[in-house]
Parts: sequence; C-alpha cells; structure tokens
Amino acid sequence: MLEIKNLHATAGDKEILRGIDLTVNAGEVHAVMGPNGSGKSTLAQVLAGHPAYEVTAGTVTYEGEDLLAMDPEVRAQQGIFLAFQYPVEIPGVSNAYFLRAAYNEIRKARGEEEIDPMSFADLMDERMKLVEMDPAMLSRSVNTGFSGGEKKRNEILQMAVLEPKLAVLDETDSGLDIDALRIVANGVNSLKRPDNATIVVTHYQRLLNYIVPDFVHVLAGGRIVRSGGKELALELEEKGYDWLLEGAVA
Amino acid sequence: MIESYLKGFEQLASNGGSAAPDWARSLRLSAITRFEALGFPTTKNEDWHFTSVAPIAEREFDLLAPPAHRVTAAQLEPLTFGATDWHTLVFVNGRYDASLSSTKGLPDGVTLVPLTRAYEELPLLVEQYLGKVAAYEGQTFTALNTAFLDDGAVLHVGREVEVARPIHLLFVSDPSAGAGTSQPHNLIVLDRSAKATVIESYAGLGDGAYFTNVVTEVVVGDGATLTHLKLQRESAQAYHVGTVDVRQARDSHLVQFSFATGAALSRTNIYTELRGEGCGATLNGLYLGDGEQHIDHQTRIEHVEPNCYSREHYKGILDGSAHGVFNGKVFVHPAAQKTDGKQTNNTLLLSEKAQIDTKPQLEIFADDVKCTHGATVGRLDETSLFYMKSRGIDARTARELLTYAFAADVLETIEQVEVREALEAATLQRYTEH
Ligand SMILES: Nc1ncnc2c1ncn2[C@@H]1O[C@H](COP(=O)(O)OP(=O)(O)OP(=O)(O)O)[C@@H](O)[C@H]1O
Ligand SMILES: [Mg+2]
Repeated sequence: MLEIKNLHATAGDKEILRGIDLTVNAGEVHAVMGPNGSGKSTLAQVLAGHPAYEVTAGTVTYEGEDLLAMDPEVRAQQGIFLAFQYPVEIPGVSNAYFLRAAYNEIRKARGEEEIDPMSFADLMDERMKLVEMDPAMLSRSVNTGFSGGEKKRNEILQMAVLEPKLAVLDETDSGLDIDALRIVANGVNSLKRPDNATIVVTHYQRLLNYIVPDFVHVLAGGRIVRSGGKELALELEEKGYDWLLEGAVA
Repeated sequence: MIESYLKGFEQLASNGGSAAPDWARSLRLSAITRFEALGFPTTKNEDWHFTSVAPIAEREFDLLAPPAHRVTAAQLEPLTFGATDWHTLVFVNGRYDASLSSTKGLPDGVTLVPLTRAYEELPLLVEQYLGKVAAYEGQTFTALNTAFLDDGAVLHVGREVEVARPIHLLFVSDPSAGAGTSQPHNLIVLDRSAKATVIESYAGLGDGAYFTNVVTEVVVGDGATLTHLKLQRESAQAYHVGTVDVRQARDSHLVQFSFATGAALSRTNIYTELRGEGCGATLNGLYLGDGEQHIDHQTRIEHVEPNCYSREHYKGILDGSAHGVFNGKVFVHPAAQKTDGKQTNNTLLLSEKAQIDTKPQLEIFADDVKCTHGATVGRLDETSLFYMKSRGIDARTARELLTYAFAADVLETIEQVEVREALEAATLQRYTEH
C-alpha cells in the first residue's frame, strides 16, 4: 500500500528526515516511536503533503502511484488521513459543515454522488456514538475552544466519517485520560479492515495495549534506527531510547 | 463645498423646514455656524488622519430630490429580511414615507414616529435630547447634519416596556432625479428597564454619487437594554457618514453591531458613554471592501463610572485596492475603577493592494482596571488551509470557506436571527462560487 524509500525532507535549511525506509501493507498496523524532535510528526506531515516541508530525496509510492506528486487534497481523496498531533482550530466553520464538505469531496473523487443532509445526519449519529462524542460538538466551530482530549476525539470522528485507507495517527493518545484512550482505541480498532492500514505515532506503550501493532519502528535523528514486533515497544518502555541512539546521531 | 450647504441652509430656513419649533430652528442656526467655522476636516486632523473627505468636500450637494418614480414595497423587499411583522419606518431620500412604513402592533408605552410628528407627540423629549447627546461643536459632519435637522426617526420606549419585535429604520436613497444629500437625524430613548432592538439600514436603490450624512442620538436609561444594528449597504458610488452617539445610564446595556459594505467612501462613528455604574457595552462590526472602496470605522467608549465592561470586536475583509480604517478609542476616566475592557480588530487582506490602518487607542486614568486590546492584519492562515486540504477539501473551496468563516466568526454574535442569517447568506455568497 505504502512504500517509502530513502526519504529526506527539510524545513527551511534544516534537514529533518534523513533517509526513511518503510513499507506498509494493507491490513497492517505500524507503530512509530522515538524521542522528541526525532522527526515523527514531520514524517506524518510529509505524507499528508504539508507545504512547509521539502522532500529533497527519496520516493513515496502509495497504491502504485507517486504520492509526492499529489496535492494534499488529492492524497486525502485517495484515502490518506492524518490525525494531527495539534488539531487546528477553525473559528466560524461548524464541525458539521466541515465534515460534510470533506465527506462530499471524497465521495466526488470516488465518482459518487453528494450525500443528502438527512443521510449525512444519520451517518454522523452513528459515527459519533463510536467515539462517544456529544452531538452538541457538531454545531460548534471546528476544534475551537475544544479541550485537548476533545480535539483528539474529533480527529478520530473525522477519520470514522472519512474512512481512509491509510490513517496516520500522530500522538492521538497524548492528552487523553484512560477512558478517552480506550474510546479512541476502540474507534480505531472498529474501523480496521483487511484493506486498510494504520500508522500510529506514540510515546506510550499503553496505547499499544489497545491498538496492537504488527510492527514497531524507532525513529531517531530522522532515520528508522530499529524495527521489530510489538515486543520492541515493551523493551523501549523498559529501557528508554538511549541504547538505540549511538549509531543514529551521525 | 461649504458654500453650497450654506445656500441650502438658507433655503431650508426660509421655507420653514416643515414646522419645526423655535428651539429647533435656533439649534440649526448654531449648528450651521459651527459647521461654517469648522469646515471639512483634513488628514491633519487626528480623527481623520487615514481618511480624506475631499471627495465629499469638493462636491456640491443639494438636498436629494424625491425619486423620479415612487419607490415601491417590492423594491424594498431585498432589504427587509423577509420580516412582515416588524415595526418599520421607511425614509426615501431622507423623507419619511408613510405608505411604506408600518408601526402597527407596537406595545403600549412605545412611540415610533418621524421627527416632524415627534415635535407634536413628544415635545419635551425631543427638546431635551436633540442635539444634546451627539455634540456637534467639534464635529463637522454632526454640525452639518444638525444644521439640516428636518426628518428622521424618533423612538421612545417607556419604563419597563419590552418591544418584542425588531424596529427597522430603513433609509433608502434613489438618486434617479439627480445626486444630492440626505441628512437624517434619529433619536432613540429607552426609559428605565426598557428593552428594544433597533436596526438602522442604509441602502441605495440606484447608482449615483449621493451623500448620506446621518446622526443617531441614543439614550439608554437605568437598567435598559438596547440592541442596535447599523447596516450600511449604500450604492457603489455613494458617500456615507454615520454617527451613532449613545449615552448609557446605570446598569444599562448596549449591544451594537456595525456592518459596512457599501459606498465609495464611508465613515461610521460609534460612540458610547457609560455614565453609570454596572453598564455593559458590546461593540462589534464587520467591514467588507473591494475595488477602490474606503471604509472607516471610529469607535469611542467612555468609561466614566466604575464597574462597567466593554467588549469590542471588529473584523474586516478587504480585496482589490480597498482601504479600511479602524480607530478604536477607549477612555477610562479617573473614577472608573474596575473597568473591564477588551478590544480586538482583525483584518483579512485578500489582495496585495488592499490595506488597513488600524489604531487602537486606550487612555486609562484609573489604576484598578483590566483593559486589553489587540489587532491582527493578515492573509488566510496556511495551517488552517492545510488542515482543510488534508481532509480532501480542494484549495479553492478551503480558501472560500476560510474567508467566509473569518466573517462568520463575528456575524454569529448578532443575536437578531433574521439579520444574522441574511448577512451570513450574503457573505457566504459573496465569497464562494456557488
Ligand atoms: N516547520 C518547521 N520548521 C523548522 N523546524 C521544524 C519544523 N517542523 C519541525 N521542525 C523541527 O524538526 C525536528 C523534528 O520535529 P517533529 O515535530 O517531526 O518531531 P517529533 O518526533 O514529532 O517530536 P515530538 O515527539 O515532540 O512530537 C524538531 O527539531 C523540530 O523543531
Ligand atoms: Mg510530534
């Protein structure tokens, strides 16, 4: 589904990603861990097409196509979804309007008709239950004045509505209390299908108790310095990152 | 040019100016004297630093003649918010038009009449307040307006009376019989614990370089609440100067919104004086400009007494070569301890040539106060644009939505639902393709 080869990316004149290789197949869950500032969010944003980052070398192939050649909205329309580490507030645009606009754009890209408001309301009802979100949040402006946890839940709601093929969750667990964590994880798990895949960026093993990864990667200094199975996360929890870093800091 | 107004004044004075009492005649006389002495302000005047009124000052304006054809109710329909049961006074080219107006269903204790009738029905009230709330001594345009005091709306809401339905004062200009000026003068008085919503609309029914110069004097009594909306949607070549001057008594509330989108050159002054304890004033506004438009707002909040709050949020979207001005003055007098004031001005520039001069002006003479202000000028937020695109929304739709949202953020503070929805719809349409 996704093949990243030797990916280098810079912001301004700072090189952040320094040769990432990562392959994700349909049906898989990959966890990306690593110290602060190692480039995890940058990787996620580059996949989503953030204009602040320039890809200086390497390729990203998504479903056989050159992902880097696509505009961000095309990537989303093709099934890529990024749950932001810091979801953006958009005062003046209601959550419901925003979600319906996004949903219809994605349907349009798939050659489907726009959904009528009634059916969309039904869909929303159902998906909001999945993340146990208060329906009142729908009429509020996107993320505006939401608590940290509400913002993260709202990201998962968007994911539940847009049903991506490849979801990248950037620290969706940070700032969630244990109940919210379970709700969010259940949401993610119930959206899992054999034909989609998930990349979870996290600092905490506890999320991985709920969303069980097939692979765990450690990102440090802009490179993947170690990959393994889910037991690698436990090892990191125990030992920290130091033992992996020597070779990484060039 | 000053001379043309002096001539016009002579004419109005000699034909009696529709049966005004003596005190009104002498008020006019002293106002024209002031006007002559003041002359038009130049950009050297601090209050007019960013706005040149030369286009107005250099033209000759007679009083607007009645339109070539009678204005019909159908023509007003786009301006009446689909409401059929509001209390409405309509003025055409500055003249009250009874056939287009309706005041039926007004509760007892409420008087809503044109100024000419107010001289008979509310003689003491008009004598007490006219020309007293909006000081003309230092203000050219207020002096000019007061010199031509002849027509306008007078509203009096008695003690503890609540007017449930909105009161709409609709001023339309139809320059079909030649450009000219109208100088409406309004008076709104709410007695103790009264409550009302007043909408002042200014709109053009045809293009022409006409000039509206309006003054509205407002008195909000003890514990009274006035919601006041001023909507400036004049024709593209028109000039508009509008002053709303409010005096608030103890525990009174003013909720004011100024929407300005029309006219080649416009200046809106919103002034309020919080003269008693426990008052609140909310002054919000939205200006939308394009082409060569010049849109100026000046607000002034005088905190005279302690324990009052003021909230002010003005936003603007400027495109083309439009020039916006926002000058927000907040004065906290020495006695006004525990004043809580907040002022914000945000302007979105959609083009390289659009510009805004924003000048917050806080002058605080009390020591125990909480006053903040902030202004931003910018383009659409790239992070928000990316966030929307990352959800599949194409770049153009994202821009349109964000532009609309910028305006909607302040439009949604309008509580009057018909006006809010109409302005939201018009703004959405203006900034989106569909
Ligand atoms: N737009 C940018 N401009 C300049 N520097 C940037 C930019 N984005 C990221 N960086 C820098 O790149 C490095 C990697 O940042 P990134 O956000 O990818 O780290 P992270 O692994 O997600 O960290 P955390 O665990 O704290 O979320 C940091 O040093 C950061 O300051
Ligand atoms: Mg990060």
